[in-house]
Amino acid sequence: MPDTAFWAVCLVVVPLFFALICFVRSDQAAVLGLLAAGLNALAALAMTVFFVRSGPLRYAIGGWQAPLGINFSIDGLSVLLVAMTAVTGLSVSMYARGYFSLRIGSAGEINRHGHQRAFFWPVWLLLWGALNGLFLSADLFNVYVTLEIIGLSAVVLTALSGKPAARLAAMRYLLVSLLGSCSYLFGVALLYRSYGILDMAALARLISPAPLMWASLALLTTGLLLKTALFPLHFWLPPAHANALAPVSAILSGLVVKASFYLMLRLWGDIFAQVLPFAAYVLLGVLGCGAVLWGAVQALLQKRLKMLIAYSTVAQLGYLFIALPLIRLDPGSSAWEAVILLIMSHACAKSAMFMAAGSIFLKAGHDRIDDLAGIKEVLPISSFAFVLAGVSLMGFPPSGGFVGKWLLLGVSLAGGEWWWGVMLVIGSLLAAGYVYRVASRLLVFKVTFFSRRQSIPPVMEWSAVLLALLALLLGLLAGYPLGLLEAGSPFPLHACREVMP
Amino acid sequence: MNWGGLLLVMILLSSLVPGLIIFALPEKSNRPRTFLNLGGAFLKLLLILVMIIGIYKGRHFAVRWQLLPGIELALNSDPLAALFSTLSTVLWLLTTLYAVGYLEQSPNRRQFFGYFSICVTVTVGIALAGNLITFLLFYELLTLTTYPLVTHRGTREALAAGRVYLAYTLSGGAVLLVAVAWLQVLAGPVDFGGQPVLASVAATHELQLIVIFFMFIAGLGVKAALVPLHGWLPRAMVAPAPVSALLHAVAVVKAGVFGIVRIVHDVYGIGFAAGLNLLLPLSILASVSIIYGSLCALREDDLKKRLAYSTISQLSYIVLGVSVAGPLAAIGGLVHLVHQGLMKITLFFCAGNLAETLGVHRISEMNGIARRMPLTMAAFSVGALGMIGFPPMAGFVSKWYLGMGALATGKMWVVAILAVSTVLNAAYFLPILIGAWFKPQECTWSEQVVAVRLETRWMLLVPPLVTAFLVVTVGLLANAQISPLAWVKLIVGREFGP
Repeated sequence: MPDTAFWAVCLVVVPLFFALICFVRSDQAAVLGLLAAGLNALAALAMTVFFVRSGPLRYAIGGWQAPLGINFSIDGLSVLLVAMTAVTGLSVSMYARGYFSLRIGSAGEINRHGHQRAFFWPVWLLLWGALNGLFLSADLFNVYVTLEIIGLSAVVLTALSGKPAARLAAMRYLLVSLLGSCSYLFGVALLYRSYGILDMAALARLISPAPLMWASLALLTTGLLLKTALFPLHFWLPPAHANALAPVSAILSGLVVKASFYLMLRLWGDIFAQVLPFAAYVLLGVLGCGAVLWGAVQALLQKRLKMLIAYSTVAQLGYLFIALPLIRLDPGSSAWEAVILLIMSHACAKSAMFMAAGSIFLKAGHDRIDDLAGIKEVLPISSFAFVLAGVSLMGFPPSGGFVGKWLLLGVSLAGGEWWWGVMLVIGSLLAAGYVYRVASRLLVFKVTFFSRRQSIPPVMEWSAVLLALLALLLGLLAGYPLGLLEAGSPFPLHACREVMP
Repeated sequence: MNWGGLLLVMILLSSLVPGLIIFALPEKSNRPRTFLNLGGAFLKLLLILVMIIGIYKGRHFAVRWQLLPGIELALNSDPLAALFSTLSTVLWLLTTLYAVGYLEQSPNRRQFFGYFSICVTVTVGIALAGNLITFLLFYELLTLTTYPLVTHRGTREALAAGRVYLAYTLSGGAVLLVAVAWLQVLAGPVDFGGQPVLASVAATHELQLIVIFFMFIAGLGVKAALVPLHGWLPRAMVAPAPVSALLHAVAVVKAGVFGIVRIVHDVYGIGFAAGLNLLLPLSILASVSIIYGSLCALREDDLKKRLAYSTISQLSYIVLGVSVAGPLAAIGGLVHLVHQGLMKITLFFCAGNLAETLGVHRISEMNGIARRMPLTMAAFSVGALGMIGFPPMAGFVSKWYLGMGALATGKMWVVAILAVSTVLNAAYFLPILIGAWFKPQECTWSEQVVAVRLETRWMLLVPPLVTAFLVVTVGLLANAQISPLAWVKLIVGREFGP
């Protein structure tokens, strides 16, 4: 009888297995890849259903217990992020199917495009499996392994575009990613030296202030901040996200940066929460504010559409870090719910935006914002998807971004630290500014001749618009996913309530 | 969901669904589009009638949808909601008819009518919003859905106006968001139509409540075009005439004013707000807007811009009426919500007719125009005289109650403001009327409508005549049981009642 654990194992094994097959049968890669995406989504759905029925779970694979074996810890947060990855991943996969079938091009390009198609699917499935593994893992070393796979496959995907700019960006990404992983691994090693255990739940009980603990926390955090691209460590992100192929950009911005932020949440929100001083959270929050301002201002200045979206990711990641001090401040669970809602809604909206931008790029042959006027006439659905995703990023009601912002605003005002909330509002006004820059050109009625009259397959347009719509509706339906969180009680939500009534 | 709640949802869907279908229809299918538009408008009117009859019979319609604990969307049918939603629905029907005529042969009508329908959905959503967060939701959506209408023509000027419009309204929306969130932190979720709950937190948080009140006024004042937050309104005149008509009579500016009424009446409560000394600054702000708007209107030669400044002035009557803090003045203010809508939409329809038929945009070109377009100018005159406050037009009733209310509360300076404003209104409207009716034609007009039996297309002519008729009727029959005045008395009676 399959249960939560069975489906959780499937979520890691199926993508890895299909990644291998795709690699061997590269002529059938797209079909196999889509099949794997579908199976993955089904497995995620099944796991969610079983999770709702039977609640949180710890599972030792093959019966091997902690020090030797691989343990899964499945709580509400894991389930939500796995589901988010499944939904976004499925849309991106469908988009990618259209995207790669389209790019035939001239004789010289056929070779390169065939190459891209052959490598995209296995690497993307590898990345997907690692993401699932990271969200489900119970101990910090397994997390390191998945983190490393995620980093390397993301670099490969970035370089897939083959353009010099993309290769340069991928190289920089590789160095940053390796540096981050090294730093993280050192941190893990120090923890193991101190406590002899790496299980997250056990560590949370054992942690006590000690020099070695502080050193390991500093190393872990530095590694993760590098990978999450928190301002001012964001320098590698915009070129990498902007120069990659469209489906890759969607994956990188929507999902990959969320993986390392998820670990930040686990470390700072749970494991080390008891010993960390509030000032440390404030420091991260201040860096988050810097990210919101810097990312938005840079986005306002960009000339290219994909660069603008990439800088918007820098800004939106800032929101997540602003939420960290608020999580500490909040006696209830609204700040938790808000940050998770923001993560999910950004994943959907940003992927949709990159996908729409990719279609626009193919159609227009360029992505210079100033020359995109009138694209609505030839690509109505993609333009609509872009604007819809933009509305979500701006935190307009009823999007998930709005509900998240609203909750955080409430927490910051109730806690007397209103400046965090005001920062969020300023951030969304700035976001409105850069979304408007694009939208005002996309939506204007103007007949322009676009030289590269490539017809975009409907699946590329519709996958983007549906994902954008989901981001928008996430606000109205927020109760359902966040209900899972309550059921799983992944964090000291209720413990916190008891401590600070 | 109960049947009453379903009715409210249906009222929203009756324009949302046609709007969405219109987006899906191809640009060329004009007949289905017009059918959907008018069908939706009639259906909405019918549903609103059902709701009003229900309210008369003492029924209460409400529906709630919880997003998360503490965040609840609610629709509610209190009498004030019914007043505003009826106004929106009636004027939407007429404006749709007008827009079909106005935009004949022009490009990109699919987008126009799609957003137009959604815009009305959102406006009625504002009317029916049952708590602050629902109001905020629709208020913000209104910004987004009106932007494509304002920039519909896609010219450089239209885009510039759209940018200014967004900059103003989004900033206003941000201030409003903070205010709503802050109030919710202090006092919990605030429902409209119940007993104001703020008195319980006043003792400890008086200063915060005062600051929040002015944040509300600042946030809502942008759309209500209170001076000095009015800068976007005259620029937004580049929009097509039906949009200006709708924006000025029901949708955007009214949403702002309606919000202020909600804040004063339902959130703070008149007595409580007066106790905190919040209403005097508000009435001073309104008075400044009244005088300043009129003075600016005097200077403008462009007809639509003059009307825009006149809107700034007239809207503040409503705010003034609410902030004088007496039942009679409140009646005057609230009834002006309807009356100003009827009069202003008439004027904008007529201005659109002149531009569309004869290419006339400036007041200096209007001499002798009444001989060419007597029906249009007759409607215009009714609207203008109503604005000045001639009996028995609608505007007179509003001003009468405002004046009586000011006297009853002993605020002589308000009466003075009203008198000065009336003189100014006359000063910028009467020369137009005199020129149009009595002076000879001075310049040649470029006839743009190929000879038709009437002075212009019937679709352009009927809506202003109907609204002009309504302007006179609601004035003459002000004391009838189904007039807006009677309805407003009911609302105010509840507010000031025992």
